[in-house]
Amino acid sequence: MLEIQNLHASVEGKEILKGINLHINPGEVHALMGPNGSGKSTLSNVLVGNPLYTVTQGTITFKGKDLLAMPAERRSHEGIFMSFQQPVEIPGVSMNSFLRAAVNAKRKYMGQPPISGAEFLKLIKEKRQLVGLDDSFTRRGVNEGFSGGERKRNEIFQMAVLEPVLTILDETDSGLDVDALRIVAEGFNKLRTPQSSAICITHYQRMLDYLRPDVVHVMLNGCIVKTGGPELANRIEEEGFDWLKNVEN
Amino acid sequence: MSQSPDNSIVRNIADKEYEYGFTTDVETEIIPQGLSEEVVRLISAKKGEPEWLLEFRLEAFRYWQTLEQPSWGHVDLPPIDYQAISYYADPRGKKRGPTEIDPELEKTFNKLGIPLNERLALSGVAVDAVMDSVSVKTTFKQQLAERGIIFCSISEAVANHPELVRKYLGSVVPYRDNYFAALNSAVFSDGSFVYIPKGVRCPMELSTYFRINAINTGQFERTLIVCDDGGYVSYLEGCTAPMRDENQLHAAIVEIVVCQDAEVKYSTVQNWYPGDKEGKGGVYNLVTKRGLLRGDRSKLSWTQVETGSAITWKYPSCVLKGNNSVAEFYSVAVTNNHQQADTGTKMVHLGSNTRSTIVSKGISAGHSQNTYRGLVRMGNRADGSRNYSSCDSLLLSPTCGAHTFPYVDVNNPTCVVEHEATTSKISEDQLMYCTQRGIPPEEAVALIVNGYAKDVLNKLPMEFAVEAQKLLSVSLEGSVG
Repeated sequence: MLEIQNLHASVEGKEILKGINLHINPGEVHALMGPNGSGKSTLSNVLVGNPLYTVTQGTITFKGKDLLAMPAERRSHEGIFMSFQQPVEIPGVSMNSFLRAAVNAKRKYMGQPPISGAEFLKLIKEKRQLVGLDDSFTRRGVNEGFSGGERKRNEIFQMAVLEPVLTILDETDSGLDVDALRIVAEGFNKLRTPQSSAICITHYQRMLDYLRPDVVHVMLNGCIVKTGGPELANRIEEEGFDWLKNVEN
Repeated sequence: MSQSPDNSIVRNIADKEYEYGFTTDVETEIIPQGLSEEVVRLISAKKGEPEWLLEFRLEAFRYWQTLEQPSWGHVDLPPIDYQAISYYADPRGKKRGPTEIDPELEKTFNKLGIPLNERLALSGVAVDAVMDSVSVKTTFKQQLAERGIIFCSISEAVANHPELVRKYLGSVVPYRDNYFAALNSAVFSDGSFVYIPKGVRCPMELSTYFRINAINTGQFERTLIVCDDGGYVSYLEGCTAPMRDENQLHAAIVEIVVCQDAEVKYSTVQNWYPGDKEGKGGVYNLVTKRGLLRGDRSKLSWTQVETGSAITWKYPSCVLKGNNSVAEFYSVAVTNNHQQADTGTKMVHLGSNTRSTIVSKGISAGHSQNTYRGLVRMGNRADGSRNYSSCDSLLLSPTCGAHTFPYVDVNNPTCVVEHEATTSKISEDQLMYCTQRGIPPEEAVALIVNGYAKDVLNKLPMEFAVEAQKLLSVSLEGSVG
């Protein structure tokens, strides 16, 4: 579903990604680990088409299409979703109107008519219950006055509404206490289908305990230096990243 | 993050055509260009006015001649050649009777979404339709009259209710008020007149739709609203004009008198032609609007959505004379391309325990200049009065400007005046968040801007809030690339 080949990318003229290769099949969850500054967030920003990041070399193919040729909104329509590390506030714009705009933009892209009011409310209600959010929530402004935990839950809620094919969880576990982490991770698990894939960026084992990744990658200095099964995450939890620095050389 | 959204996304400006820029081909009687005592007399004669009104006009005209065009606004207003403007244009055609409407005119207003046929009209809204210098039609007049409400063009009011007009005309905005007020008082043509009798709640929204059509004419509308004790009315004005290369002058006066326990809501959706991308053409919107909260516990709120005009210079104001009177001003002013707006309000507290609220949201894009100018004055007898002002500016381009000039003048130590101001930009993070969810950048900007302006849009009558939201989006269309 996702094929990244020799990807180089820079931000503000500084090269951060130095030749990433990554292959993800439908239904797989890949964990991406690595110390701060290793390029994990840059990779996710490049995948969603953040215009601040420049791809200097390499290709990304998503469902057989050239992802890099698409603007950010097209990538979303094609089924890429990112749970942001720090979801922003959009004051005065209710979650309802925000999501309706998002749903309708995708429907327009798919050549479908806009969703009716009744249909939309039904959809929102169903998905809201899935992540355990109450009714008042969708009438609030986007992330306006939300706690850290609410913001992350809101991301999973949006994922539920948009039903992506590939989800990127960018340090979704950061800033969450144990209970909030469990709610978010379980919400995510409920939404998984045999066709949908995910990239989970994290520093910690505890998120992966819930998500049970199929493949674990370790990034250092803009490269993937080690790929393995779930046992790799365990070893990192115990030993840190230092032993991998030698692997790199 | 080095790049601002201004460079990366909010860049290309307004390729969208102004939607209301068409002209109507209708036989129009236009008097020759130029301004003199003869012209003032001619206008008065055309309208068959009584002697006292002609005198009012002439006094105003003589006073105007002694004045010079003011220049204190934060706008670059080129000198206006007052002799190059025609001061009266009647599009009703020469041969028609007073009740018949030229089908072309009806078509025009239909196209603007203002059906003059009561059967097709927006339910719950009565309309006075004014084209150039003349009121074309007022709907639902009969229904309103049954409750004693007078809603008609000001010309009709002069003919049918001279005592009311004479009593209140110029009582809130005297012709000596300012340059444009003097000019308007001399040459005003048409506009609406509203009278709400004691204890009557007006059952529908009243609205006036102003349209400039004829070339090289100015529009000098005059609106007078009187709401008697315990009455209530919600009034809305809308404006559009054709696209023309030369500038058109619109110098209006709106006067509102609010009596004891009465309430008036006045909403404006101003969408005069703003000029093209290079700043050519567009309407000069130089307006004096003021309400007198004459009685105790009276209430007046101004809500305005300003998206059009090349230059806007207006301060809908309130004089809080009655004790415990309440005044509000809610404004969204959008400027794009080369538009200039200097707008705000004046809250003059005279009575005791009076309260006023000012919420101003400026949105600037392109090369535009957007200024908030407000005065809060607490008189020495305004014991226990309060004002709260909040002025926010949102900048969408690196080449636009936002300015705030709040004036505060407190002459009574028991008063409380609060002022808050913020300036912000749409952040890249907000845009990225929206586009990641599939919302295209242009739509995202409209969404964010509407959220920003929500506090004000919520104050509009429901029928128009949706329209205003769309208008905000259209005005900023093309401000992202």
